[in-house]
Amino acid sequence: MASELMSNELALLAIFILSVFVGFEVVSKVSTTLHTPLMSGANAIHGVILVGAIVVANHAKTTLEISLAITAVVLATINMVGGFVVTDRMLQMFKGKPKSKKDKGSDK
Amino acid sequence: MSRNLYDLIGLVAAVCFILALKGLSSPKSARRGNLIGALGATIATVIVFFYANGGQALNNQTLILVAIAFGVIVGVPAARKVQMTQMPQLVALFNGVGGGAAALVAIVEYLKLGEDATTAVVVATVFTVIVGCISFSGSIITFLKLQELMTTRPVIFPFGRQIIALTLIGVLASGVWVITSGGTTPLLVNGVLSLFFGVLFVLPVGGADVPIVISLLNAFTGLTVAASGYVLQTTVLIVAGTLVGASGTILTRLMAEAMGRSLFGTLFGAFTAKATAQTGQVDARPVKSGSAEDVAILLNYAQRVVIVPGFGLAVAQAQHTVRELADLLASKGVEVAYGIHPVAGRMPGHMNVLLAEANVPYEQLVEMEEINPTFPQTDVVLVVGANDVVNPAAKTTPGCPIYGMPILDVALAANVIFLKRSMRPGFAGIENELLYEPKTTLLFGDAKDSLTKVVSALKGL
Repeated sequence: MASELMSNELALLAIFILSVFVGFEVVSKVSTTLHTPLMSGANAIHGVILVGAIVVANHAKTTLEISLAITAVVLATINMVGGFVVTDRMLQMFKGKPKSKKDKGSDK
Repeated sequence: MSRNLYDLIGLVAAVCFILALKGLSSPKSARRGNLIGALGATIATVIVFFYANGGQALNNQTLILVAIAFGVIVGVPAARKVQMTQMPQLVALFNGVGGGAAALVAIVEYLKLGEDATTAVVVATVFTVIVGCISFSGSIITFLKLQELMTTRPVIFPFGRQIIALTLIGVLASGVWVITSGGTTPLLVNGVLSLFFGVLFVLPVGGADVPIVISLLNAFTGLTVAASGYVLQTTVLIVAGTLVGASGTILTRLMAEAMGRSLFGTLFGAFTAKATAQTGQVDARPVKSGSAEDVAILLNYAQRVVIVPGFGLAVAQAQHTVRELADLLASKGVEVAYGIHPVAGRMPGHMNVLLAEANVPYEQLVEMEEINPTFPQTDVVLVVGANDVVNPAAKTTPGCPIYGMPILDVALAANVIFLKRSMRPGFAGIENELLYEPKTTLLFGDAKDSLTKVVSALKGL
């Protein structure tokens, strides 16, 4: 039992460490233009704490626990839903941007 | 739903988040990336309803659904209606509530576990509470700064360093107290001290550096989400939180680099820098202010014009008018380009977003490194509501809050026109010497009004 628990902990640790590297890797080359939407999008992704809020709201018993958990659900929903909507609005501005067809050297 | 199936679907959501970040890093796929992220978050949220209570309806399910509906009702209109200019503070606010939610989740779980909590879980709880509370209160302060509900300048108070250091020690000590003795009171003390520390941590940060802090707090929130994922043994939270924490750290560093700042200097600069006489003695000097006609004439006979947009353009919603002016000049054979400072406005890329909204051709937007060498060959620079990003003090005045930030070298151009609302200094609160140069012409007024007048004057020429 103890060793099984340990291996579960190790699995979570492995997931954590691998995620660190993936997180570093995916954004290492991004133009300044996209810094803001990327920050906003990442911000929306951590709104997934909603899942955690729902889990604790499910097993909350006392009034204190329930009210804290429900507050967490509200806050997390605002973070997640609002975050994705606002990011989409930012990115809408970029759509239909005609990528320069002219060759770059001749614009002088 | 079995644990295996739940974890498997959670894995799908986690992959969605990775693809989302990947997509967001490139202009072509950015919008799709964001939608994939939203899909992942939806999947993760929906399946937890089928898993958390062993397939039964959740306890408190009605309350939970009402709470979600309420969150949507608050969040979506806020995100839909917000002006492009107020985007940064909304992101700060969303980040703050996310951090607060993570802290609350850890607290409730801690209350439930009581004596059963293992040391590792308590440590993770303490981490979540500390960092989540810092992220929450810090984001609220950045919101207040950006919304200009409080001063945008660095707030420096006597013994600031000592107070911050003491608070930090208090936070860590109360954290240890929770871990060693358990109970509710220590956790409460820990949370309150952390909230206080978050406020102290952001107060000394100057206005221009706020975007970097938002990004840092965003990474912090990611890490708290990961830690609460560990407390709840939920893989998808660990993956999502860690991804945001890691990518947010990189992004913070990239932003700091784009502004030529060290992260440490940004955060603690206000305490290490000597107080400088920023304003006062230069206020009374004369400036050359011109009429819209003067500006139109200058522009009309120029060979090359560079437009430098800043926050004033965003406030006045003048992006369409500025484009009209640029098109008019182009039709008269003037070469027009936009010089985009990476942090013009309130967030990196803010100007690109605004000008893209006005359908300004992408190739006219020139980044700082490329436009700077061209200023000596530029006849007129039209600065529309920007100040700090063209302020030579960043090069010449060591110790001023923006010292070291790369700027657009507009002083090298033959003429500089500032469209400004008033002589008030920019967001960072520093006087701009360039305004007093003989080559500089000022046109006072709302950026949109001024531009409209210049456009009609130009048509009359």
